[in-house]
Amino acid sequence: MFTLSPFELEAIVLSLQVAGLALVGCLPLGLMTAWVLARYDFYGKFLLNGFVHLPLVVPPVVIGYVLLTLFGKRGPIGQWLWQTFEISIAFSWQGAAVAAAVMAFPLMVRSIRMSLEAIDGGLEQAARTLGASPAWVFVTITLPLILPGILTGSILAFARSLGEFGATITFVSNIPGETQTLPLALYSLTQAPDGESGAYRLVLISVAIALTALITSEALARRIGKRLGHRA
Amino acid sequence: MPGGLANGWATVPDKPQITIEVERRLANFKLDVQFQLKSGLTAFFGRSGAGKTSLINLIAGLDQPDHGHISIGSQILYDSDQNIHLAPEKRRIGYVFQDGRLFPHLSVHNNLIYARRFMDQKLNPETYDNIVQLLDIPGLLERRPGTLSGGEKQRVAIGRALLADPQLLIMDEPLAALDGGRKAEILPFLENLRDQLTTPILYVSHTMEEVIRLADNLVVMDGGRAVAHGDVETVMSRLDLSPLTGRYEAGAVFQVHIEEHDRAYRLTRLQLAGQTLWVPGIDRPIGTNLRIRIRARDVSISRQKPQATSILNVFAATVREIVRDQGPHCEILLDIGRPLIARITRKSVDELDLHAGQKVYASVKAAAIDRRSLGLNPTN
Repeated sequence: MFTLSPFELEAIVLSLQVAGLALVGCLPLGLMTAWVLARYDFYGKFLLNGFVHLPLVVPPVVIGYVLLTLFGKRGPIGQWLWQTFEISIAFSWQGAAVAAAVMAFPLMVRSIRMSLEAIDGGLEQAARTLGASPAWVFVTITLPLILPGILTGSILAFARSLGEFGATITFVSNIPGETQTLPLALYSLTQAPDGESGAYRLVLISVAIALTALITSEALARRIGKRLGHRA
Repeated sequence: MPGGLANGWATVPDKPQITIEVERRLANFKLDVQFQLKSGLTAFFGRSGAGKTSLINLIAGLDQPDHGHISIGSQILYDSDQNIHLAPEKRRIGYVFQDGRLFPHLSVHNNLIYARRFMDQKLNPETYDNIVQLLDIPGLLERRPGTLSGGEKQRVAIGRALLADPQLLIMDEPLAALDGGRKAEILPFLENLRDQLTTPILYVSHTMEEVIRLADNLVVMDGGRAVAHGDVETVMSRLDLSPLTGRYEAGAVFQVHIEEHDRAYRLTRLQLAGQTLWVPGIDRPIGTNLRIRIRARDVSISRQKPQATSILNVFAATVREIVRDQGPHCEILLDIGRPLIARITRKSVDELDLHAGQKVYASVKAAAIDRRSLGLNPTN
């Protein structure tokens, strides 16, 4: 029987918590960004696009360091947060979620943007002629049609958040019970002299969580695909 | 259908005047159109690129004119002087797109009732049933659009537009994406619609066959302008338009009715402006009103009354106008009590020494009048 030690359980729960919060933050912002990138042409669009994709191409450590500089107690945003709300996210699990969200953001935006661009704009025009205001068109036509893209983006973002390492360890360090997510716990075990068996167990757990997420998303995507009339 | 379509739009008390005066500069030409739409079915006819779809997009509010005025009755949809530009969802204009544009994530039923939540009054279940019957789609209601044939999709798209209770129905080449068989399947539905709806219909087409069968009025578009506007018979008898309506397809259009069937020879005798026209048998009762097109290329001219000819239909005619160009053919406007157009070679015109005012005989081969030249008259 495979029972989880308190150490493992703590890392799993923390990881799910961090990835969940990262996803919740990513989703609305990612949808808005994808909408702007897919539907509008404006001066400097390529800059926004590049900025959004930055976390995909720079080393995670760089992102972590930038976050630390911005959100640290003496950073411009961190200082303001502390003075106004007495909140500090550096070295906390919320900080880990921010790091994960930033790293996952481009994946979310990309997949939503692609499904937005794949929509036949004629369908939205047809809905307008049938009496639907732009807001209703979004709710009744656009949103259901991009649901597969949102789902894919969410799974990718969630998985990316679960695996986040470099930016997290740089920004919020590796504090057991606070910021020590699965990858960080695994890293700690590999550094310990007798951590090998514990490390293998965490590898198995990570694989199991990732597979569960993938299979669930696959099943959901198939159901949505059927609703959209695609022949699976 | 018993009782007709029992809803507000089936019994509009007075038909509102639809006025369209728009200018719009587009990438490669300028749209500049003024006319008033009559009730019934009006066809917008023209080659592709003549500005037909651009124009109806302005009417539906999917695009905005640079200048002008669009109104239905007292409701102003667009006016550049008063700075009015009504959103498409506020115009109550039903739009049947060339490609159907059914919502793929909704069942046929949910596509049909899509407009219900945006309407002032509740959807009348009787109206729904009537439209479903009229378009013959009861068997499709639970299906997804992805599983429908092209013809089925178009019928659902028409039903969806009608169930939004439009004050004007626009159809943009609804048959263009269908093959010959599917077209023949939809045309009777369109004839039914035209006869049972009081909603004015704007029908965009580049196929003369559809215009002859369906239209009461005809607007000929060319290069972004409406070059002719009037009832089908009048517009089709204008020689100057034949380059636009297609020389091969050009011909005069007549209102006729069935006088007699000759069962032995399988012929039908039509009454045309006090004269008799024999055509291959038409499977309709005596007295039925029809619209018929006699293509100019099927009319020949002789100075004497033809003797011992195979041609059944010979009319005494007066030459009204001869249009010559550099090509081998001439177009001749004849008067047989109604305008009739003949297309003969320039050589024949010179050899017969034809000139305006001359009395001649026009022959029309019965076999040349086929199913494609016939339309059920909307006034039946």
